[in-house]
Amino acid sequence: MIKSVKIKDRIEKSVLTYISVTAVFLVFFVMNMTGALSSKISGMLVPICVYVVMALSLNLTVGIMGELSLGHAGFMAVGAFTGTSVTMMLSDSVSNSAVRLIIGMVVGALFGALIGFLIGIPVLRLKGDYLAIVTLAFGEIIKSFFSNIYLGTENGSLRFSVLQNNLDLSEENGKIIIEGAMGIRSIPKTATFLIGYILVMICLAVIFNMIKSRTGRAIMACRDNRIAAESVGIPVFRYKITAFTISAAMAGAAGALFGNNYSSLVASKFNIDTSILILVFVVLGGQGNMLGSIIAAAALTVLPEALRSFADYRMLTYAIILILVMLATNNPQFRSFFEKLTGKLKKNGKEGGHES
Amino acid sequence: MSFLNYLVSGLSLGSIYAIIALGYTMVYGIAKMLNFAHGDVIMVGSYVCFFAMMRFELPPVIGVLLAVLVCTILGIIIEKLAYKPLRSAPSLAVLITAIGVSYFLQNSALLLWTSNPKVFNSIVGKGSVNIGALSISYVTLLTVGICVVIMIVLTTFINTTKMGKAMRAVSEDKGAAQLMGIDVNKTISMTFAIGSGLAAIAGVLLCSAYPTLMPTTGSMPGIKAFTAAVFGGIGSIPGAFLGGILLGVIENFAKAYISTEFSDAIVFGVLIIVLLVKPAGLLGKQVNEKV
Repeated sequence: MIKSVKIKDRIEKSVLTYISVTAVFLVFFVMNMTGALSSKISGMLVPICVYVVMALSLNLTVGIMGELSLGHAGFMAVGAFTGTSVTMMLSDSVSNSAVRLIIGMVVGALFGALIGFLIGIPVLRLKGDYLAIVTLAFGEIIKSFFSNIYLGTENGSLRFSVLQNNLDLSEENGKIIIEGAMGIRSIPKTATFLIGYILVMICLAVIFNMIKSRTGRAIMACRDNRIAAESVGIPVFRYKITAFTISAAMAGAAGALFGNNYSSLVASKFNIDTSILILVFVVLGGQGNMLGSIIAAAALTVLPEALRSFADYRMLTYAIILILVMLATNNPQFRSFFEKLTGKLKKNGKEGGHES
Repeated sequence: MSFLNYLVSGLSLGSIYAIIALGYTMVYGIAKMLNFAHGDVIMVGSYVCFFAMMRFELPPVIGVLLAVLVCTILGIIIEKLAYKPLRSAPSLAVLITAIGVSYFLQNSALLLWTSNPKVFNSIVGKGSVNIGALSISYVTLLTVGICVVIMIVLTTFINTTKMGKAMRAVSEDKGAAQLMGIDVNKTISMTFAIGSGLAAIAGVLLCSAYPTLMPTTGSMPGIKAFTAAVFGGIGSIPGAFLGGILLGVIENFAKAYISTEFSDAIVFGVLIIVLLVKPAGLLGKQVNEKV
């Protein structure tokens, strides 16, 4: 009995998430079509989708798997650079910009997954704080890699060099794509809100299905008690690397969408600040709570733009919020205080129900 | 001879990393937490010393002492307000709180002192000692000297004093230490105080060697010093010293012989390799998990 109720609850939660995301999307999509949105807001629709996907992806690692990754912007960088390079290369051969973007996002996701898998092999053998610091190290390595590579095409062949521009591209046929610290420039902006929405829905579907599957249950078992999970024969490492790879793939796809939304892309954008910003979304929305992540990511992407005068205090406020949320959810005294408060409310609600 | 010059400047950078790493390693050893905000305490210390010397024209020694005092108090306050309520919380929650504190300090500094870089005048003169082709600046000599002194004093303190004994006891078993009548909270506060005081010294030395001071000055050296602490085996004081020196030398050689752009990546690459081969670091103790 209890089990069936729980599963029903979870299905309802996922359905609720799908419906609310779709409803909000439709409202903004129609408003955008009819021109009811200011250019500022409509320019933020794609970044919101990108950050929502990043938050979902990190929530899979932090909330579901219970491991802190401080290098998530690194996977985003992998997706952004590979995906955007691909869309740039295809700009002559594929005329439909949406198809080009989708190919770019798939490539971004694949590279994200590949790098996530390769990094996951050493990283996931570590635990706790060590794992966090090594993901941070990998994030920094990825960032400095992408700010020091040069990539160009000439007559359909790819040219690549590290540290110095040794591409020797000819004037007429050559085309430089990644130019070291200057990154990728003059990118055709092909990202659309619709594709962003589709990406969010795909990620949601993947995460919700995974949570309900054998893999998801195994991962959550490892999170709750690794030793117990191992002793009942769950291959912890295999499941963890699956989740980590999926998470990296999502970040890669989001990165590709991000890259194709701006006219230029530099690697220094994907620094530890970005990783921490995404972590703030996840923590604020609630670890393991997907709808929460979506709301937090969307709200915190819009808010600073809406409150321009407040911009100086933005990061300071984030910092205070981060500390307070952690204290409120983890300190026994705070927690019992909140429980008392919500308990009282519930009690009042029930009594009210009886009376009516 | 340039090899020796690189080695000496590597030793100087490494000494700074070592002093910062001592703060990380002591706090980790006793409170079992990663104090991410440690790097930003360095920055606060540098600013205090900067203002004491430039604005109020106090002698450098007073400036340094003031920086140590402010950072010590800051460390105790941070511990009391942010970390103490989370003593029994999961490590993930504490780590996220520490990141929050780090961002709080950085952005407070940004609002108070703006992002304009300030030029820090070295606390000792600009001269240098020449031995053949090798030239060692006063700052380098001072840095390495202070690092050695701190190392000796700290080791003596931990091994011989009552407080040091209490620290070792708390790091081994908090519960048992409490039963033996050790004030665990006081010991942890003391550890934060020492770590933060050392951070202030490291900040002043760092800014004397690399004279630009910004609100983000502390974050990269902080992360690298943490890397050094992990490299040497977190929780171990000689480990922090060894890790710091090695990391500084590796970074300087990477800058000199491989590439300036990739030096950070190489440093982090070394950390990853060390952790894969020796998960507890060079001098760390491998603790088996009891079921």
